[in-house]
Amino acid sequence: MTSASLLNLVLYLPALAALVLALLPKEQREWMKWGAFGASALTFILSLALLSEFNSNDNATVQALTEIPWIPQLGIQYKTGIDGISLVLVLLTTLLSAISILSSFDAIRERVKEYYIFLLLLETGMIGVFVSLDLILFYVFWEAMLIPMYFLIGIWGGPRKLYATFKFVLYTLVGSLLMLVAIIWIYMRSSQGGQPGTFDLVRLTDASGPLAMSAVMHPQERLWLFLAFASAFAIKVPMWPFHTWLPDAHVEAPTAGSVILAGVLLKMGLYGFLRYCIPLFPDVALKVAPWFLALAVIGIIYGALVAYVQQDVKRLVAYSSVSHLGFCVLGLFAFTREGVQGSVLQMINHGISTGALFLIVGMIYERRHTREISAFGGLWKVIPVFAVMFLITMLSSVGLPGLNGFVGEFLILLGTWGPPGGPNNQVAAALGATGVILGAVYMLWMFQRVMQGPLDRPENQRLLDLNVREIATLLPLVLLMFWIGAAPNATLRMFDQAIYRTVVLPIESARAQTAPPRTEIAPPPSGAPGAGLPPSLSQPALSSPAAPGNHP
Amino acid sequence: MPVPSAKDLLSIMPQLIVGGAGMLVLLMDAIWPKISKRLLAGLSILGLVAAGAYAWVTWPRGAVEPTLQNMVRGDAYTAFFTIVLAIGTGLSILLSVDYLEREGISHGEYYALLMFTTVGGIIMAASINLICIFIGLEILSIALYILAGYQTERVESDESAMKYFLLGSFASAFFLYGIALVYGATGSLNIEQIQDRLVGAAATGAGPGKNFLLLAGVAMLLVGFGFKVAVVPFHIWSPDVYEGAPTSVTAFMSVAAKAAGFAAFLRVIAGGFQDPGQTENLQVQISAVLASVAALTMLVGNVVAVVQPNIKRMLAYSSIAHAGYILTGIVAAIRPSGGLAMTNDAQAQAIGAVLFYTLVYTVSNLGAFGVVLALQKRGEEITNISDLAGAGARYPWLGALMTLFLLSLAGLPPTAGFFGKLFLLQALVSMNTPLIWLLVLFVLTSVVSFAYYLGVVKSMYMDRPEESDQAVLRTDWNLKLALALSAFGTIGLGIWAGWGFWVADHVADAFLAVAAH
Repeated sequence: MTSASLLNLVLYLPALAALVLALLPKEQREWMKWGAFGASALTFILSLALLSEFNSNDNATVQALTEIPWIPQLGIQYKTGIDGISLVLVLLTTLLSAISILSSFDAIRERVKEYYIFLLLLETGMIGVFVSLDLILFYVFWEAMLIPMYFLIGIWGGPRKLYATFKFVLYTLVGSLLMLVAIIWIYMRSSQGGQPGTFDLVRLTDASGPLAMSAVMHPQERLWLFLAFASAFAIKVPMWPFHTWLPDAHVEAPTAGSVILAGVLLKMGLYGFLRYCIPLFPDVALKVAPWFLALAVIGIIYGALVAYVQQDVKRLVAYSSVSHLGFCVLGLFAFTREGVQGSVLQMINHGISTGALFLIVGMIYERRHTREISAFGGLWKVIPVFAVMFLITMLSSVGLPGLNGFVGEFLILLGTWGPPGGPNNQVAAALGATGVILGAVYMLWMFQRVMQGPLDRPENQRLLDLNVREIATLLPLVLLMFWIGAAPNATLRMFDQAIYRTVVLPIESARAQTAPPRTEIAPPPSGAPGAGLPPSLSQPALSSPAAPGNHP
Repeated sequence: MPVPSAKDLLSIMPQLIVGGAGMLVLLMDAIWPKISKRLLAGLSILGLVAAGAYAWVTWPRGAVEPTLQNMVRGDAYTAFFTIVLAIGTGLSILLSVDYLEREGISHGEYYALLMFTTVGGIIMAASINLICIFIGLEILSIALYILAGYQTERVESDESAMKYFLLGSFASAFFLYGIALVYGATGSLNIEQIQDRLVGAAATGAGPGKNFLLLAGVAMLLVGFGFKVAVVPFHIWSPDVYEGAPTSVTAFMSVAAKAAGFAAFLRVIAGGFQDPGQTENLQVQISAVLASVAALTMLVGNVVAVVQPNIKRMLAYSSIAHAGYILTGIVAAIRPSGGLAMTNDAQAQAIGAVLFYTLVYTVSNLGAFGVVLALQKRGEEITNISDLAGAGARYPWLGALMTLFLLSLAGLPPTAGFFGKLFLLQALVSMNTPLIWLLVLFVLTSVVSFAYYLGVVKSMYMDRPEESDQAVLRTDWNLKLALALSAFGTIGLGIWAGWGFWVADHVADAFLAVAAH
């Protein structure tokens, strides 16, 4: 099987499984559970096969490419493919989907059939977003994903589910429809010299090509289009002040919904910035970066402070997401190699750690039917296995050295601080670093109140420890936390060149055009496109990219 | 009077087939009053399939000469709308059969009237003469007036018919007056000839821009069309009429009357009043008026729909909003600017977008009405959105279909409705000087539309009514077939949007080739 057809299989297998489930009688709950889990596990295994087919020495090049004309009159293609960034995010998606399906076996007792159908459809939508290479195809998946999530929160959610799900959908829609206008505008502008326009991302983001945005548009126009794209992505991330839908959606969503929401959906906003906003409009991104850094810092500190005062564990984790995602935005808009690497790594870390935290919150909720911090205390004595899992996950989220969270946060702060004399944002880095401290404060304090202290509530004394299925859902995530923490290079190496080509290189070209190049920091990138890595950038702190000689 | 030649007759074959089938149904019902009404329904569908198939098989390629003394042009544009109307009417008949029996109004003339409406619609699409268009409009309208009051037992139905009749006649009078004024200004009723004369006048320096008679005439034509397709401010009738008319008629009215109205609208505006001198003039004014009407229509339709508890009224306002979307495509199709001729491509694309959207709207909207018709509560048809509560959990397939249709109307990918909106937006962007405010309004009102479409979905899936208080499924295979076909169209036109748009684009090219001759 070629890697292209493997990729399409990974993409559509969940949707096909959903179709099969739709045809089965709804009384057969066991079939639904195991069918859905089997399909998502198989998807994960196939995505591992995709990983083994993937040539990670050349991870900036799009691989497993499928290219079929879809609506040729309007330049719309069915074009999918993966580079290193897409691949890791696809892996994260397939893993978290399988885990969240497994985690729902006991929690979901009514309308089981529809539940698994929606989860599987959601999986296809999410993978589609990460592998699309055509703006319209991307938009199709981006929007199609909304509906399963709408149902997941709206049907199986908590007491305020209707409000939460409606808010989620409307917030997302406002941003994404503005993005649609921007996409169509790009198409119109890409129609040059009698040639029909195109939605092909690869052609549009080729900075030296004839269709580069800087060649076909006014600066003012580019600014507006950037903002239209950014509105969709900033709402999805969510960046402060567009974050208000997130705590509601998280708190009301069923556990699996929260895991997917935190683990994958929020990453789509960042992925959008990384794959669309910045490569399409590097000069605008460079110009507005201070604003984004400021919003990111506000998000980090605000999220942490609000998390600190929460009474509800799930709400606390939700606000911690706002803070952590602020880190990702910070690293991304620092535009240094370390910063962007850290940002992508932190996307994965956040998916793993916060996904696991939501699973843990869900497990405790299934046992006690409350999430109030004050309702717990001293649980360590009753449920030790749970406690150990919780501890590791919590420390990973805090960023303890040795676990995954540390690597990401460190790279981000390092990259934001910047090399001496080079592009740097030391104020943002310093302020962002306080978020690490605050993160430790709210997480440790929460852990202390829930797990330690006196076991003074009679309801808490009879709690059951984790069963095998629950351990199985958490264990892969915990192992990944250790693995990424111990050997981050293995992960970083999967996308180091890809982020260079997607973000750093376009930004440096744009910087070179607006300011005289500082040759002692980075060589002028005029000869750089496609010419591999400039030597001065090939030895960043914690990452060692493949030898430059491997890709001429 | 010259005898029509064979060529003349062939060019109006679909009209003859549909009209003939309608008469046959009427006669058979009169001769054998005991005849099964389902047989008559089948006969009507047969007629529609024959007409649609005829249009498909004899799909005109290239230039087509006008026939019947320059009254009719049986071009690809006509064929396209013939097929759209045949699909719309055919699906409406399938939706009606069981509903009519349930409501005790299953008579043969119902089907005959639907057929006559369709004939009127096809005549409107095919005509290039204003009087002939008017005749088509009246055939369509009169049949619809009767259909709106078909449930004579229900006072709402009577009220609906009366309202529709009074306001409709008023609008027809406007239209007729407009024709007279245009004739006075240009000396012709043939829209292609009008176009020629306007170009001629522009060449001699007597531009039409200052011709008050012509402006007044065009304005009145716009009022007439505006009423038929229900755009703001000529929409007041439609929620009341939609609510009062039998639901199967409402379904039919919301698609067929609109499709026919837009067919003639586009033909007259884009074919008859094309910008002759590309300077300060008529078309700038028409497009400015249409742009503001489109904006108002999208705004009012979408915003008012949000607060409607009655599902038929909600769908009425939603169909007003959709008329607004389609109108933006017409604006894009005619808007010239800054002394530059629009590229033919961009114009063809805009017309193609309008055609494609009309087709998509037809299948999606009929599907949504079909689901409403399929449900019954305490032995009566459902009226409120809250009556759908729990239907999604109880009837998963029905709920899934309704969700599909509503999401298509809302324009969510990968349904056909998304591509309809995408093509319209693309047309708007491709204008020489894009009306950005219209574009942004289009998009923001679409967001508003999600509020009410998802409101129905919410009611179906997330509200839990008492067991005894739930709507029950009352359906037969006709309705199921109609729903399945609509769903196929809604998904198929999404996945194969490229093909659908190719056809629409081809029709638009042929249309423009004639207009530019």
